[in-house]
Amino acid sequence: MSDSFLVSPLGSLEYAPAPESAALARLSDSYGLFIDGRFSDPESHELVETLNPATGEPLARYARGSTSDVDAAVRSARHAYESVWRDLPGSERAKYLFRIARLIQERARELAVVETLDNGKPIRETRDVDVPLAAAHFFYYAGWADKLGYAGYGAAPRPLGVAGQIIPWNFPLLMAAWKLAPALAAGNTCVLKPAETTPLSALVLAEILQQADLPPGVVNIVTGDGTTGAALVAHPGIDKVAFTGSTEVGRRIQRTAAQTGRHLTLELGGKGANIVFEDAPLDEVIEGIIDGIFFNQGHVCCAGSRLLVEESVADEVLRRLRRRMDQLRVGDPLDKNTDVGAVNSATQLDKITELVEAGEREGALRYSASCALPDRGYWFAPTVFSNVSQTHRIAREEIFGPVLSMLTFRTPDEAVAKANNTPYGLACGVWSEKGSRTLWVAERLKAGVIWANTYNQFDPTSPFGGVRESGFGREGGRQGLEAYLDV
Amino acid sequence: MSERLDVMKTYKLLIKGQFLRSESGRTYEVSDAVGGFLANAARASRKDVREAVVAARGAQASWWESSAYLKGQILYRWAEMAESRRRDLADLVQRAWGIGEDEALEDVNAAIDRLVWYAGWTDKIAQVYGGANPVAGPYFNFSVPRPCGVVAAIAPSNGSLQGWVDVVAAPLCAGNTVVAVASHEHPLAAFALAELTATADVPPGVLNLLTGDLAELAETLARHEDVDGLDLTGAGEFATAMAEWSADSITRTYRPHPGDDPTRRLRSFIETTTVWHTMGY
Repeated sequence: MSDSFLVSPLGSLEYAPAPESAALARLSDSYGLFIDGRFSDPESHELVETLNPATGEPLARYARGSTSDVDAAVRSARHAYESVWRDLPGSERAKYLFRIARLIQERARELAVVETLDNGKPIRETRDVDVPLAAAHFFYYAGWADKLGYAGYGAAPRPLGVAGQIIPWNFPLLMAAWKLAPALAAGNTCVLKPAETTPLSALVLAEILQQADLPPGVVNIVTGDGTTGAALVAHPGIDKVAFTGSTEVGRRIQRTAAQTGRHLTLELGGKGANIVFEDAPLDEVIEGIIDGIFFNQGHVCCAGSRLLVEESVADEVLRRLRRRMDQLRVGDPLDKNTDVGAVNSATQLDKITELVEAGEREGALRYSASCALPDRGYWFAPTVFSNVSQTHRIAREEIFGPVLSMLTFRTPDEAVAKANNTPYGLACGVWSEKGSRTLWVAERLKAGVIWANTYNQFDPTSPFGGVRESGFGREGGRQGLEAYLDV
Repeated sequence: MSERLDVMKTYKLLIKGQFLRSESGRTYEVSDAVGGFLANAARASRKDVREAVVAARGAQASWWESSAYLKGQILYRWAEMAESRRRDLADLVQRAWGIGEDEALEDVNAAIDRLVWYAGWTDKIAQVYGGANPVAGPYFNFSVPRPCGVVAAIAPSNGSLQGWVDVVAAPLCAGNTVVAVASHEHPLAAFALAELTATADVPPGVLNLLTGDLAELAETLARHEDVDGLDLTGAGEFATAMAEWSADSITRTYRPHPGDDPTRRLRSFIETTTVWHTMGY
């Protein structure tokens, strides 16, 4: 964007920084584990640091849960299941969940800041998406707790027991809500393992559970790394494993679960196709493509990371897309004007960089937004590749970053064939003014979620989840209950 | 020391968010269980009925169009407000029925829990009672439940607060607006609970409450062309006549049967709209 664009008779029209206060997070120096309704003394555990990815500096220390910590958490959950939660009337479980929903709403601003600091995503997203959706999810499933007999799984469906739940770092609080709310509504108790790089919002949630007076042991939160998660998955005392994360780890978890036959749901990776037909309104298409791939720095399993454009409008779409990318504001995640924040970790930045280099080597044409990047922390400029072929790694592998691969097509059949040419099957977008064609395409796409003339929409009433190597089971909606019922 | 003198309350009608005396200026005496004077309640006229229906009709479209999530939040907010007035409500129930405090609290607690139950229904009605239909042809076909519109609800005559919540909240959670007639004998607790909608973000006109003599109001309500649904729970001796009058404009009616599933009342006030959409390119 040229500088003259920003000058008016009033002077410069540059945005002034509008930072949210980091102090609102009220972070502690160190955090213990949340087991049996109490926080343990952090000093009695091995402590690890969680960083602010926007600066690379430590935010707080937290406990790395050991095998014996996991064991204590599972035993507490089992006791709570058998002594309190399983037999509590649904209307009483509902009221606990309504309380949690309300407390999240009340502490929304604090939670948004905590999440932005720990994850690196823009405050605009944590404030407007992550936190309100987390509250809405508890609110929605609260309503199911005393209506299970109407959900279509029999007159009085029973819970499974103790659920071991492992969540990723891209939507830490929201994924905790997606896991806990349906499990608790159905009458299960939980052991939740937050991601290694983003443990903090789950620990604020633990405080909220205390404020809600949730009976001890109904929810236990054991922070840690992959070994903590592995200990939870392998623990003989759990009845159900729910995992959101990479397909690679999902495979390992499915193998472990295969040995025990316990219930399993997996929400894994994706390589979503965002399909643009020539009749689609291009201004809205551009915004949809931007939302589809740059929302949450592209750290979204359902991201529209493959752009499939009808050949007749491909040049125009690419030209407009590049111009729009140059207008994205990349930088301080706490700034309310920021569109794209920090990459969550050095490890993830390395992975993105490696795949982008492969894209260049394999002959795709790279364009990165002309934004200045901060000189510390982990950053990657919004990037689009054109001239991408289906065999390129950037068209096949999940990059999980702000990197879009553009391909073209000539007929609806070709669009469907290319969209389905992936082992994944989580989400797709279809852009067209012709409803009949959109529905025809939607019926043929191998994906769990399809957005028409929009992208990255989420709602607690709407089932989310994948087919093929994107996993199985649904979160959200009436279907989300099935993952936690013995039916 | 003399005991402090109570400040007595004037009970009115609730129409379009306003607390009004009957346009007729009439009141009637409400007594406690042993015949002692409790309060003067407004005695609504047929004109008040028509005003209330106009208010309900005016509010219906925007109530229905507000998201199911918002409707749920508002009904839950109403339950929160009721929770903080639990003892006041129980006091009114206790005096009306001449029962013990614990028994009165039981009715109030049950009423609040029912409100919470209905709050949870708003965003589930479409999922439980709607759905996709696999028609034999290239169509995407789906059915969506919708409210029937304005519902007139006659509260149970025994004055049960839980029963009152049922007749009011069932149609509300499906997106209907309501003109309710409180129990003639025991209107005070119902009125006190309805008053709380003013602090629960319930939009004006969504819930309208009348008190008075059903003998006067029944025919106007039942024959009213702009009333789409009729809950005859508390209609007693007028139930059959009202059901007949309601046939004038094919008004949906609900009359409770022993052993009814609690969703039956809710289902009585939803319609189903089915959409056929072509598929193909």
